[in-house]
Amino acid sequence: MWTFLARRLLQSIIVLIGVTLISFVSLQIGGDPTYLFVSENASTEEIEAARIALGFDRPLHVQYLSYIWNVLQGDFGNSLSYRQPAMDVVLEAMPATIELTFFSLVLAIGLSIPLGIYAALNRGKPVDGGIMTLAMLGQSIPNFWMGIMMFLFFGLYLGWFPISGNVPFLEPLLEGEFREAFSNLPATLHHMVLPAVAVGTYTLARNARLVRSSMLEVLQQDYVRTARSKGISETRVVVNHAMRNAWLPVVTMIGLEFGFLLGGVVVVETVFSYPGIGRLVFNAINQRDIPVVQASVILLAVIFILLNLIVDLIYARLDPRVKL
Amino acid sequence: MANPIPAATTSSTQAVQGMANSYRRKELRRAFQSMMTSRWALVGMLILLIVTFVAIFGPWLAPFDPNRQNIMMRLLEPGQEGAGDLTYWLGSDQLGRDVLSRLLYGARVSLLVGVAAIVVGGTIGTVAGLVSGYYGGWIDDVIMRLGDIQLAFPFILLAIMFLVVLGPGLVNIILVLGIGQWITYARIVRAQTLSLREKEYVEAARAMGDSTFSILFRTILPNIIAPLTVIASFNVAGVILSEAALSFLGLGVPPDVPTWGSMLSESRDHLLSNKWWMAVFPGVAIVFTVLAFNIIGDWLRDFLDPRLKENG
Repeated sequence: MWTFLARRLLQSIIVLIGVTLISFVSLQIGGDPTYLFVSENASTEEIEAARIALGFDRPLHVQYLSYIWNVLQGDFGNSLSYRQPAMDVVLEAMPATIELTFFSLVLAIGLSIPLGIYAALNRGKPVDGGIMTLAMLGQSIPNFWMGIMMFLFFGLYLGWFPISGNVPFLEPLLEGEFREAFSNLPATLHHMVLPAVAVGTYTLARNARLVRSSMLEVLQQDYVRTARSKGISETRVVVNHAMRNAWLPVVTMIGLEFGFLLGGVVVVETVFSYPGIGRLVFNAINQRDIPVVQASVILLAVIFILLNLIVDLIYARLDPRVKL
Repeated sequence: MANPIPAATTSSTQAVQGMANSYRRKELRRAFQSMMTSRWALVGMLILLIVTFVAIFGPWLAPFDPNRQNIMMRLLEPGQEGAGDLTYWLGSDQLGRDVLSRLLYGARVSLLVGVAAIVVGGTIGTVAGLVSGYYGGWIDDVIMRLGDIQLAFPFILLAIMFLVVLGPGLVNIILVLGIGQWITYARIVRAQTLSLREKEYVEAARAMGDSTFSILFRTILPNIIAPLTVIASFNVAGVILSEAALSFLGLGVPPDVPTWGSMLSESRDHLLSNKWWMAVFPGVAIVFTVLAFNIIGDWLRDFLDPRLKENG
């Protein structure tokens, strides 16, 4: 258990160092990075002053070490458009994004498991074909376009759901305002339905297919046949014998899915003017506010890496064959 | 006087070649038959043919110049007539450009980006995987750990980080999307190479003194093309989706190059006023193209390796 944990932690640290290296390289790749941090009509003297102030006049390895040191402290410099530390700006937008990502994950996983199982149990029947056709379609729709279509139809045309903004739940919760948080909850969910469906469709579709094929494989196993021959009811065979084993590949996927979903959230938030990291990154891209883009991307990457670590640990607990 | 030995060699080479050709013809016929009997594969192939046709002949099919602006004709609904007797079949955008014409031109860029990125990523990944699997040792370690680091990063974030510094551009987006894919190929190729390098025919090639280059690319590579084509097919679908998302964020190609993603990006400012045609048509084009590649990928996987069939 401890060696596994230590090895996995070491791996995560190496990956994190890799992340800082990649983000450092991405700054240098377009030539002198000073130009990314000064306004377009800055004078030569201003650029020179900025270069020294930002430390871009030093040798590369010194720059990288000080970059890592700053990143470790969460210091990405000041946002060029908000005039405050980039990390603060990003952290402020974080709760909304976590809410949305989590909600779409719950939605996607919660629906894909019953759909996949149902399709597997009705293999070859029209309902199986229907679910799989929809799943194929769901994997081919760009998430933001799905968002736009729902925006137009369910938001504008039918007026069932709000088309922009959010009502915070996590933020008051973290501040200890439980009453406010829970009275917000219905409105929070109402605002999240459209963006969450848009973000989660791809994951829902892919997981439904995954659950189905995993379930079909398990249903052919000897222990399922044994269970059936013992005269156990079909429901119990499915729930107690088949599902427990069909779970495993799905759990592994969830960690990776979270990364996909985070990526999807970044794009979909802009459709619904949802005040999370995605909209922040989008605005930062347009204003070329590099510190904010860097801080957001690295923070999301760190979250993704930590989540995958946690998922691996859960997986090891679920599957006794994986030795801890 | 003819030397009998080279003659015999030539004829036996020809015989082997002939057998290989007839085998290839048989495989092609089998592929064709399998496709004809699979309704889905046919639909996918048909869509792909249409999109390819449009990508090649788009400029001749388009009723308008895709970049010609006409402020008098801005935001027209589909089917309205413009100047002369030309009809805006799919409406016009905020600058009075014809949506249909831009859509037809956009096919070219979307396919180009999809295929070119796969060629870039596939080439890097295949070479890395061959080297990694054949040599093993520290080279293998370095290459695979690099891949792990990259996979620990949600791809779209990585792309955003590089493109925001590099700026939009066709070459930039192809490179970033291509480099984003290499590890997928590297992993598959490495696994296959590991098992193939112990095979007798590789051993034979080595014993005959073939160079490592020849062993890697002439002996091993042809035997791992099949799984590569399956991945490539799914991958084109994924890359087209990524390109659309990045263009939507304003990180794709420059604004004067019409792409489906950038058309969607422009539609965003006109959603509230319900200019639906600006958003619906480019999206439908993306969905059908991606769907086609996904279907073909599914079919190819089942065809090339029936053991992997999704029990369906």
